[in-house]
Amino acid sequence: MQTADKPYRFPDAHGHFGPYGGVFVAETLIPALDELNAAYEACRNNPAFVAEFEYELKHYVGRPSPIYHAKRMSDVLGGAQIYLKREDLNHTGAHKVNNCIGQALVARYMGKPRVIAETGAGQHGVATATVAARYGMECVVYMGAEDVKRQAANVYRMKLLGAKVVPVESGSRTLKDALNEAMRDWVTNIHNTFYIIGTVAGPHPYPMMVRDFQTVIGKECLVQMPEMTGRQPDYVIACVGGGSNAMGIFHPYIDVAGVRLIGVEAYGEGLESGRHAASLTGGTPGVLHGNRTYLLQSDDGQIIETHSISAGLDYPGVGPEHAWLKDSDRAEYVGVTDEEALAAFHNLCHLEGIIPALESSHALAYAAKLAPTLPRDKILLVNLSGRGDKDMHTVAEKSGIQF
Amino acid sequence: MSRIQSVFQSLQASGRRALIPFITAGDPVPELTVPLMHALVDGGADIIELGVPFSDPMADGPTIQRASERALANGMSLRKVLALVSDFRTTNSGTPVVLMGYANPIEAMGVERFVAAAGAAGVDGVLVVDYPPEECEAFARTLKAGGMDPIFLLAPTSTEQRIREVATIGSGYIYYVSLKGVTGSGALDFNDVAARMPQIRQGVGMPVGVGFGIRDAESARRIGEVADAVVIGSRIIEEIENSPRDQAVARVKNFVEGVRAALDQIQGAPR
Repeated sequence: MQTADKPYRFPDAHGHFGPYGGVFVAETLIPALDELNAAYEACRNNPAFVAEFEYELKHYVGRPSPIYHAKRMSDVLGGAQIYLKREDLNHTGAHKVNNCIGQALVARYMGKPRVIAETGAGQHGVATATVAARYGMECVVYMGAEDVKRQAANVYRMKLLGAKVVPVESGSRTLKDALNEAMRDWVTNIHNTFYIIGTVAGPHPYPMMVRDFQTVIGKECLVQMPEMTGRQPDYVIACVGGGSNAMGIFHPYIDVAGVRLIGVEAYGEGLESGRHAASLTGGTPGVLHGNRTYLLQSDDGQIIETHSISAGLDYPGVGPEHAWLKDSDRAEYVGVTDEEALAAFHNLCHLEGIIPALESSHALAYAAKLAPTLPRDKILLVNLSGRGDKDMHTVAEKSGIQF
Repeated sequence: MSRIQSVFQSLQASGRRALIPFITAGDPVPELTVPLMHALVDGGADIIELGVPFSDPMADGPTIQRASERALANGMSLRKVLALVSDFRTTNSGTPVVLMGYANPIEAMGVERFVAAAGAAGVDGVLVVDYPPEECEAFARTLKAGGMDPIFLLAPTSTEQRIREVATIGSGYIYYVSLKGVTGSGALDFNDVAARMPQIRQGVGMPVGVGFGIRDAESARRIGEVADAVVIGSRIIEEIENSPRDQAVARVKNFVEGVRAALDQIQGAPR
């Protein structure tokens, strides 16, 4: 493992994390990204903006989120102690809202009255619709037509919150197609529209900006862990789809020596089956959605369809900073299958009375594998990025139950 | 001098505009691509833009995305696109072919390998939609060393500085995107284009083609009044989509002839 001997400063001024990241978009989007870059620089350096962001996180989201010692789970596993960062307790039930509030405040600063978003399972769409209602903005959410069918409850939630949900019929009719469609809307309506991207991917400055808004997770942990345990954890574990919850908890720990960072990807039906969503451990570098990063692609450079039981991890790319952390060996990336994630889901329900999101269950599943191999005084910090209410349908179906 | 430059030089000498139609390679079926390319030339095309299909064509509208999906369903790949260009070159050695597509298939093949293969196939220029100048200096250099022109886009929102950057790194011609939005979008504001064109043409010091939103002979003629070249894409794809398979080639030729005739009515140099 590499420990940083000089402070970690990425991305560079052009949005590059080593060879990854960048601005791979058509000329029509360049001025919009330049404008966003300038606005975000102004906001992040403005104490009033930072104070308002922190106020909203405290009073609207309910931060700081607690850390919980999963003692029964640790005892049953019989090894390292497992601590959970409870992002599931946030307003709207996941870490996604941290970023949406930040971007909505930037949109307001830029005078854009309309926000758009793409969504897979609907979590980012719900979070965007929530903050749009909170700040009185028009909101349009693009969602693959397949996902609209599978996630009827979230579609209804977004509508309750006043958003318009547009089903996307092109391509594979899932998340990546929704993203393509949102980009098209943005190009067409740049004068009044702000595009709230839900993860640490896309053209610069998105990967950096979304990361910055999500680092509240890790910054809280830096304070909370010593308070609870007298020291920082040995391992920080988070699931990785696009990778925003993982970047949020990893980033403040990058310069902390001795803390191992482990990202857990979705192996779906198994890495060998080809039906998975593991871009970092099963993919190769390429260019998609405005950045260079690891992708799941054919030999011929076409993006291939992915599979995961968890819709939030079902994406063929990954944030470029994860690609860089992988290549530079500062973080390690592993995977667990649908089945392993499901088992972890049920275990947390039974042992701790917490229903985790299927995404977060991937991180839990890897922690459950790792813990028994370590002595009892080692500490694993797992980012419990969201709650599992949204997954009732999927889990029930797996158990042969119909509502 | 490149094949693209000499085409523009001879057109300018005779006061004519370049007509640059676009089709997606492999759409509706790979067997029709070369016949369609010849039909474009017979109808009056000066340069052909040949789309390399990609699974996630972010900058394109629904029409060209559908063409890409059909082509990919037919097993089209960058390697096969290059084979089609070679095939076209066996009977046409004069009409420049510009590949238009996205970065990932090229990076998957490897830039060096792609440039060598494209040069050998008879490609004249390459426009990579998601390679803005700042991300592709090495690619543009390699392409030029291989005797091909890197073609770049400019948009209504492009700044003076941007125009200069593109002029430095690009060659052959500049593709001016005439409206905000994606390919095949609706309204085209002629006055906007006309107002912007002198500044762009002067700023880049090479011919400027205008595309996005040009749908018929009349809109082509009005754009041709102010530009060096007119690019038509989505409208031709629609023609292919709406024709019975055995009539697609003839109908595309017929459509292109109509646009050619309109462009040839224009007198004198672009305003």
